[in-house]
Amino acid sequence: MAENISEISSAPTPLIQLRDVSKTYRKSGTDITIFHNLNLEIKAGDFVAVMGPSGSGKTTLLNLLGGIDRADAGSIAINDEELTHMSESRLSRWRADTVGFIFQFYNLMPMLNAASNVELPLLLTRLSRSERRKNVETALQIVGLEDRAGHSPKELSGGQQQRVAIARAIVSDPKLLLCDEPTGDLDRGTAAEILETLQMLNRDFGKTIIMVTHDPEAARYAKRVLHLDKGHFIEKELSS
Amino acid sequence: MTRGSLIWKNLTRSRLRFALTLFAIFIAFFLFGLIQSFDRALNAGADIAAANRLVVSNKINFTQPLPLSYVNRIKTIEGVDMVTHQNWMGSYYQEPRNFIFGFAVDPESFLAIYADDIALPPEQAKAFINDRRGMIAGANEARKYGWKLGDLIPISSNIWEQTDGSKTWELVLDGIFEISSVDTPANGIYLHYDYLNEARSFGKDSTGTIVIATQDPALNDEIANAIDTRFLNSPFATETRTEAAFNASFIEQLGNISLIIISVVGAALFTILIIVSNTMAMSVRERTGEIGVMKALGFPAKTVFALILSEALLLALIGGSLGMGAAWLMATVTAGVPGFPLRLVLYPDIWLMSLGVMIVLGLLTGLLPAWNAYRINIAAAFTRA
Repeated sequence: MAENISEISSAPTPLIQLRDVSKTYRKSGTDITIFHNLNLEIKAGDFVAVMGPSGSGKTTLLNLLGGIDRADAGSIAINDEELTHMSESRLSRWRADTVGFIFQFYNLMPMLNAASNVELPLLLTRLSRSERRKNVETALQIVGLEDRAGHSPKELSGGQQQRVAIARAIVSDPKLLLCDEPTGDLDRGTAAEILETLQMLNRDFGKTIIMVTHDPEAARYAKRVLHLDKGHFIEKELSS
Repeated sequence: MTRGSLIWKNLTRSRLRFALTLFAIFIAFFLFGLIQSFDRALNAGADIAAANRLVVSNKINFTQPLPLSYVNRIKTIEGVDMVTHQNWMGSYYQEPRNFIFGFAVDPESFLAIYADDIALPPEQAKAFINDRRGMIAGANEARKYGWKLGDLIPISSNIWEQTDGSKTWELVLDGIFEISSVDTPANGIYLHYDYLNEARSFGKDSTGTIVIATQDPALNDEIANAIDTRFLNSPFATETRTEAAFNASFIEQLGNISLIIISVVGAALFTILIIVSNTMAMSVRERTGEIGVMKALGFPAKTVFALILSEALLLALIGGSLGMGAAWLMATVTAGVPGFPLRLVLYPDIWLMSLGVMIVLGLLTGLLPAWNAYRINIAAAFTRA
């Protein structure tokens, strides 16, 4: 069991630092503790797979790291910014600048085509129309979908939709990508393509990736695998 | 893509729902525009009222007669400049359904007192004054029935009967007038009081209302009091009011049109409000997951609020503008129909009022869904989606 930070990572300047984080949910009048005094450090450029049984708190961890849920106690610092006491509007700004989300069910806007879906986060920036268009083209090229820019989500396969979602996540060039079961809805072959794309983003573009998954095959694409169980991390060695 | 196009894409994502909601708003504003202009046209008569004109009527009701002798007695009251009188004809052309707003008048004093309101070529005015069987007709009336100057026109009355039992008067069209003081179609006819009075079998030497021009509007109250006091103890006590007040009360005899109009438009708008509110709320509920995604991507809650509210406002503005446009088209078309009794005009203040109603409708239908979207918790949104 590795609760201690030094046991998980020895990097001098971690991108993510969780210290004594606690999170409890209240359900049907009963308090359910997800984490108690959880500690974690992840260095910039890492690709971490988080595994664990259902209800172990994987998605809650992702929500806390993405600033879409708040810890009851402790400190969460990402990219030298403390999230715990950030206002909602500051958190929104921070999310737009720092984090890209990739979901299991892609969550694309059905009324927008691929290019517009990718462009969506850029509406929050001061980029001009032509700059936005250029960024969208680049993001779609990276995921190999430049020829599908005008297609609506329903005209794309599951794998293609997930690629569009990845393009949307990287278009504003965030440091951190949070992926919640990104291949959970895909067949083995397509899943492999998506995971290779994530690997490429980590390797060639230096993106720090945290991926929640149930699939040990998917976890093999990560540099590190963390097992979350009963509110604690266990780091496992990657087998060849 | 811009925020504007994002709003538009969201609004039109379900074409059928968008079209039906838009149609509901369209109908509401079509009615709003048309009924407002109808109300304005109906009340236009009340606007033909000079500040220095008073109307004397029977105190019981203006449908009751006054003795003709009152005309000369009123002339002697200090401050009175001109006096004329008019007698309701209850007239129609050929068939009772062709009702015509008609009065028997003393032509000379009538045309003098209404010189600023009735536009009649001088030679036609002269012909009318000198022709006991003459009449003048509003241009709209003349157009409607195809009357031309010099035509002999049989006008019947549902009140007055001639001594020979006939209810029809043969009248010569000596003039066709327009209304110059307000933008309203010239309807109605005027004939010689003497011609009516001479031939009718009852009600001789009585008239309906007496119209007075005072030397100064400041004297109105004083003169009205003097007239009513003078006839207070006679069998025909009078009530003297400004012409504007008299006209308004005359229109009220038709029923409280404004109240009916407000009720109809209000009911239509309220129904639309419920429909659009429900549609907007449903649309936002269906998009809970998407709104969660937008917030996760960094869209602040206030931006999401503004986007949803803008959808509701845009919907109200598009539907409302189309409805008002259709009302304007209808008004324009009816203006070209010969003899259409009312001139429907969508005045600038009606457009402004409709714009205000569109904004209020948009705000009322959009605020609650926008507030719900504002409050959506991202993590909960993904769970619900």
